[in-house]
Amino acid sequence: MAKKSVLGLYTEEDSAADALDNLRDAGFEEGEYELLTGTPYPEGTFGEAEPEHHLFRWPLIGAACGFTGGLIITAGTQMAYPLITGGKPILSIPPMAIIMYEGTMLGAIIFTIIGIIFESRLPRLFMGAYSEKITEGHIGVTVTTEEGRTGVAEEALKKAGAEGDIIRGWE
Amino acid sequence: MQEHTQLSQKQINDELLRDILTVPKWWLPAVVGLGILVATGLGAFSYMVYHGVGVTGLNRPVFWGFFIANFVFWIGISHAGIMISAILRLTQAEWRRPVTRAAEVMTVFSLIAALHTPLFHVGRPWRVLYWIFPYDFDRGIWPNIRSPFVWDPSAVGTYLIASSLFVFVCLLPDIAILRDRAKGLFVKRIYAFLCLGFRGTPRQWRLQTVAGILLSALVLPVFVSVHSIVSWDFAVLIGVEGWHSTIFAPYFIIGAIHSGVSAVAMLMALAVWLYKLDNYIKPDHFDAIARLLIVVATTWFFFFFLEWVYALYTLDSPEIALRELQAFQWPYGPLFAIFVILSFVIPVPIWLFKRFRRSAKIMFWTTILVNIGMWLERFLIIIPGLVRRTHMTFDWGTYHPSLVEILIVVETFAFVALGMLLFAKVLPLIPLFDVKEGMVFRHLIKVGRKTVPASIREGLPHHYYEKKH
Repeated sequence: MAKKSVLGLYTEEDSAADALDNLRDAGFEEGEYELLTGTPYPEGTFGEAEPEHHLFRWPLIGAACGFTGGLIITAGTQMAYPLITGGKPILSIPPMAIIMYEGTMLGAIIFTIIGIIFESRLPRLFMGAYSEKITEGHIGVTVTTEEGRTGVAEEALKKAGAEGDIIRGWE
Repeated sequence: MQEHTQLSQKQINDELLRDILTVPKWWLPAVVGLGILVATGLGAFSYMVYHGVGVTGLNRPVFWGFFIANFVFWIGISHAGIMISAILRLTQAEWRRPVTRAAEVMTVFSLIAALHTPLFHVGRPWRVLYWIFPYDFDRGIWPNIRSPFVWDPSAVGTYLIASSLFVFVCLLPDIAILRDRAKGLFVKRIYAFLCLGFRGTPRQWRLQTVAGILLSALVLPVFVSVHSIVSWDFAVLIGVEGWHSTIFAPYFIIGAIHSGVSAVAMLMALAVWLYKLDNYIKPDHFDAIARLLIVVATTWFFFFFLEWVYALYTLDSPEIALRELQAFQWPYGPLFAIFVILSFVIPVPIWLFKRFRRSAKIMFWTTILVNIGMWLERFLIIIPGLVRRTHMTFDWGTYHPSLVEILIVVETFAFVALGMLLFAKVLPLIPLFDVKEGMVFRHLIKVGRKTVPASIREGLPHHYYEKKH
């Protein structure tokens, strides 16, 4: 069944927190509603659940890939053309360590960026119910649910004092 | 940070996006002027490619001249951008909020400018691929990883990719604001595409906060490695007395921080002057960065002193001769005096006075002096080191930069300025969401009979508040 989203806008933090309470009381689950704000608030301001993420794993995986890449590039290229220069060994550790270090860091950073985007649930193709007022300071509470339950959600949002009309959108 | 103007989110959007959504009068002439300088520099480069590197002043024994001095200078500037942003983010310094973006963007453009000059220096830039790209094109020759000229591109490349991605991720919430504010449908679509559909959910904000701290922690070691590796371009060379020094890596790093933090302060003053951002960049910000500069400048001076002590303590006659050339002989002697006076003797005593530290105008001019001095420092490390007279008399010579070199060096300065102006035309130089967060997290509290500002520490998870401390 197609999902629909509805959005209520609030000017006060307390009203947005009330809206979340109303939605919980109406039987909506954590994943069904979301807060939208134009600025970060201290976590738990609206009584919302703490978002869980696994971002810290990403740089470790990236670092391991980068290190391996660095090792392959440094060792592989030297062994492919084994020319002894200055009496130094073919696999000279100090210069290899420099490039492997850069490879490790590059891998860690690229994977962290990918991790941030992935864990933020981006890119998002469809905005659903959204209002430009959110980036002007309004607090949005959006509910994404089956078409049949949007009425209940709208009522819960209105009960908390949503400003203006409820905005509707498709997911 | 006591000075603060409480603004609404709408006001912040209006003020910080004003120069993006409209065109200031000075913008077009400035862009055209800088564009002409960039085009002239590129013209000089084309002339050099056509006629060969003989059109530069480079000749035996000075094969590294303006280009390499300029390369080290821009690498230095690029460093403090990310450094200052990363350290301030990691320490959660409140005054970082309006400063970080400009510093990070300056890093990206400075790195690109830094890459210009060594690429131009080699005369045939496309051939650089042969010695850095890990691929056997057609001659059976692979890169020689024992050479610092392979370490350098790997380090600078890593830093450029890392800092560009850092800037991009931190820009996502601000691009989302632009998506909501942009007027034309086409422009709106571009911003919508670039912000990847950012909506401002608690998860996305949490990730933004963690990303700022995590990426800062990852970029800082890269920052240290890059200038160390740049210093090893010189330090691993046994044949040049003044260069073969173990102190070069930390000395270069602290020099980079000195010139880079100065450049950030200069940028802050320019932002106040050009974009009228007095509501965001306050005298308190200049005061804070000037205090940081006093520490950095004094540490740099200590390393500079140590470098000389280590050199002179050897009592090696070639080393003594080189130092005499650097400090007392024409034309390097006067340049040396100017360098020390501009980098330390004038600015640091000025910064000791609170009145001057809080003045955007004074900070602008003193930090310009520092950067002129620091450019000369790089020049004085490189050129006299090569000009010194060795046993082979046929290798005696000097260096006069040609017009081509001067134009290309000017081009790098124009390029960075042009890049910053163009960036500021399409994206905000002050992070809106960071400033807004500062407004939300800041409250006035009463302590006894005094009302003072207090800030909530950002990014703390729920359970922190539930713990008993």
